[in-house]
Amino acid sequence: MKESSILQINHLKKSYEDGLAVLKDVSFSMEKGEVVVIVGPSGCGKSTFLRCLNLLESVDSGEILLNGKDILKDRKEAYAVRQKIGMVFQSYELFPHMTILENVVLAPCLVQKREKAQAVLEAEKLLERVGLLEKRDAYPRQLSGGQKQRAAIVRSLIMHPELLLLDEITAALDPEMVREVLQVVLELARDGMTMLIVTHEMEFARAVADRVIFMDGGCIVEENAPEEFFQYPKSERAKQFLNTFHYEALEI
Amino acid sequence: MDFGFIRESIPLYVDAALLTARIALIGILLSGMIGFICCIIRVMRIPVLRQAAAAYIELSRNTPLLVQLFFLYFGLPRVGIVLSSEACAVIGLAFLGGSYMAEAFRSGMDAVSKVQIESGLSLGMKPMQVFFHIMLPQAVTTSIPVFCANIIFLIKETSVFSAVALADLVFVAKDLIGISYRTDEALLMLVIAYLILLLPISIICSLIERRVRYAEFGNAGVVSGH
Repeated sequence: MKESSILQINHLKKSYEDGLAVLKDVSFSMEKGEVVVIVGPSGCGKSTFLRCLNLLESVDSGEILLNGKDILKDRKEAYAVRQKIGMVFQSYELFPHMTILENVVLAPCLVQKREKAQAVLEAEKLLERVGLLEKRDAYPRQLSGGQKQRAAIVRSLIMHPELLLLDEITAALDPEMVREVLQVVLELARDGMTMLIVTHEMEFARAVADRVIFMDGGCIVEENAPEEFFQYPKSERAKQFLNTFHYEALEI
Repeated sequence: MDFGFIRESIPLYVDAALLTARIALIGILLSGMIGFICCIIRVMRIPVLRQAAAAYIELSRNTPLLVQLFFLYFGLPRVGIVLSSEACAVIGLAFLGGSYMAEAFRSGMDAVSKVQIESGLSLGMKPMQVFFHIMLPQAVTTSIPVFCANIIFLIKETSVFSAVALADLVFVAKDLIGISYRTDEALLMLVIAYLILLLPISIICSLIERRVRYAEFGNAGVVSGH
């Protein structure tokens, strides 16, 4: 365990009520400013893993240390923890009854008790950065999928999270909108945002990741630098997994 | 058709309609409050109260208003609680309406997706904040057609109030028939009185329905992408 780890996970285990194990002893750590991408076949537990980190799922045993403090110990602290760990969902989940600006400033004002004017100012700055300033007064319904997802990213960013979790954020998007969202994430990575990303976009994973984690069957099977992982995967399962993508790439 | 008779009895109907409207209004407001409280109890999963709310809803939905009124008006005096006709009518209507409104809230709450709630939580919001800022506005919007249907249903239910000696529209009509034997005129006016009472509400409801949909969720005309 290194001193500078922002996130340190020790022997995390989780199974569903029917006894099916989703996470079988997952240990892993992340440095501040690092971008880690988790890849793996569907049902391998990667999304569940992210959800555990945001305390949206209960775990059976193990530790999740955020800055050295176990966030599983005191469930009452969950609200404080979630402010430090932002999460962006596959289906955007903007609040449909609020404008984009209202969506973004809701949590800072309500949760962090920040001043509205100041929050609006920051929201506008962030929206401008992702090219959505002119949509500030639009409702989510009026936006494209890509725009919604960028707005959802802004909504997480305004909370100044120490760690951002991105759960297959382009999986529900039309192909031509994937790029505009991933561009935003790449820029965040460049600015030193600590991010843990679950994705099926292998090219993107390669471009953004400092480290790639391959999960299968509830375990971390392989952990490597992106160039290494994508060119010379060590494990047989990772090879097979990556081959499926090549096959798909040829088909298209 | 005796139009002179009709003209003469208009004031009686107006008074009765005002009384009906007043009781309906209070009863419906109380219904909404009861429904809202039941909804909070259910969403927050408050033990004991939750079971009590469920029992109340089943009792209220599965007994006719007339029977509930009889209980209030003829039953309660046996144990020393004497309520006026008006009080019985208001309480009866609120008791019946509360469960319908609770169900309306519930169906709206159920329509809010789990991930919406999670996305609120993941922003650090507390359950109460998620409830008031994310779930409730969406639930109410979704349920507006049901609320409207309930309001109209409850106003129509007021027609049994005459059973507890309240001088409502039906009471006046029956009275006039008894006194003058002008059944046709009295009943025709009864129909018209209810229409005058209900049609505007029906129209206002459908206008609100349309309005709120657009205001809350943006104009459907400019949807792009998903």
